[in-house]
Amino acid sequence: MSTKRMMLSFPKSEAEKPIVYHLVKDYDLVINIFRAKVTPEEFGYLVLDVSGSDDDIKRGMDFVRTFNVEVDEAGVGVAWDAQRCTHCGNCLPHCPTKALRIVDPMTREVGFFPGDCVECLACIQNCPFNACSSLF
Amino acid sequence: MKTYEEINAKIESKKAVVLTAEEVIDYVEKKGLEAAAKEVDVVTTATFGPMCSSGCFLNFGHSKPRIRITQAWIDDVEAYGGVAAVDVYLGATQLRRNDPANLYYPGEFRYGGGHVIEKLVAGDRLELHAISYGTDDYPLRELRTWFTIKDLNQAIMVNPRNCYQNYNVAINCSDRTLYTYLGVLRPGMQNLSYSSAGQLSPLLNDPLYETIGVGTSVWLAGAHGHVHSEGTQFSSIAERGPNDVPMEGAGTLGLTANMKEMKSKYVRGISLIGYGVSLALGVGIPIPILGPHILKRTTVKDSEIFASVIDYSSDYPNRTGKVLCRLTYEELRKGEVVVSGKKVQVGSMSSYAMALEVANALRDEIKRGDFLLSKPYKKFPLSQSQKPLVIREKRK
Repeated sequence: MSTKRMMLSFPKSEAEKPIVYHLVKDYDLVINIFRAKVTPEEFGYLVLDVSGSDDDIKRGMDFVRTFNVEVDEAGVGVAWDAQRCTHCGNCLPHCPTKALRIVDPMTREVGFFPGDCVECLACIQNCPFNACSSLF
Repeated sequence: MKTYEEINAKIESKKAVVLTAEEVIDYVEKKGLEAAAKEVDVVTTATFGPMCSSGCFLNFGHSKPRIRITQAWIDDVEAYGGVAAVDVYLGATQLRRNDPANLYYPGEFRYGGGHVIEKLVAGDRLELHAISYGTDDYPLRELRTWFTIKDLNQAIMVNPRNCYQNYNVAINCSDRTLYTYLGVLRPGMQNLSYSSAGQLSPLLNDPLYETIGVGTSVWLAGAHGHVHSEGTQFSSIAERGPNDVPMEGAGTLGLTANMKEMKSKYVRGISLIGYGVSLALGVGIPIPILGPHILKRTTVKDSEIFASVIDYSSDYPNRTGKVLCRLTYEELRKGEVVVSGKKVQVGSMSSYAMALEVANALRDEIKRGDFLLSKPYKKFPLSQSQKPLVIREKRK
């Protein structure tokens, strides 16, 4: 059993197919959706954690690709710009999963750990220096 | 005891012993105060954080034909034109033209004076739009052009109030989210926010202004500038601990330096949701170790500096003066504190990491003989309080 972060990009026409249902039902995957926007006639996206056996995950993603959906397995929809971050720490109490946290208690430098990010986007609203952004 | 002249002579011969306000704590503990005072020449202090009362005078040079600017916008941000023909003052908190502010609450405030100042220092090309009523000697009534800081005759940062000695810790006791200059405060005291470099901060290392005064040389965002006056709202009458360190705002500094010498990394426009725009600055101030007494002041630690926790839902806006409790910076830096029996997450508006970087940079400059100290030619008043603004109903 492993868990992988995926970012699925939907082409304009694939809004009506119950893709997540099939991933659960046919491929025995546990799906945890962080962020989704799938609207008819518009580009859509889905950021999710997929848990299951490596084989099931691979088969599931192959199934998803048959709908012309792009699968980004390193996908994180939130970006942190290390050059813009001043390590002020204003984001710290607003990040619910501590994906943004102090990496060095002596210098109080802040680091971003994408694997812990659930894409709540609180950092984007809160960062005074505009160091955090969303890919969509 | 040492004099400013002796310390500067050592700096010029590259033999000065310089430590940061963080390094000096352990150093004095190990060596003892008297011995360390003989060795150490300078302690560097620093801070990095939002300093709203900042801005700059810009001189554009004269156009052909001439214009006597009455109103000017740089990248759509208005700069004050009520000074001479082609001089303007651009303030850090000025909003961009047509910014809806808090009409759609909370406003985003994506761009303003602080951002223009950051871009200027970074060398970016900016748009100038200026208008005038036209005179016989200055006939041009409107112009639009593009410029960088290199095209300007002068770009002088003149900040009425920087480097607050200490600062409030903001918390929210109400049941709705607050959008403040100290960040977003969630209801029911879920989080709090402070803004100080603590043990590194300039005026916390010189609590009674014994070396920092009018004329003190400072490192302002990489440029060599100086203290031009006491900062606005300077209020030396404040509640102080046994170490004379204030537990509230207290002293402030008016700073100036040439923007053409600044580094954009330390001049950063900021957007505060629901509040407005501002400017974050990196400031370093050297403290000459004239004797053991001055050195002792610089060994102040985060655990010995208290900040006052204030409710920004009512006590701050209504100026009640109520303090919920006091916390040390050592406690605040742990990331979680207890206020009124409740666990509260801690955030901060100032950056210790950047302050440390500034303190190190200034230390290295002084060691290389590139930065000299100056004796203040006027000391700050020790018994000054801050006057309120009285709202009167009549002129008399």
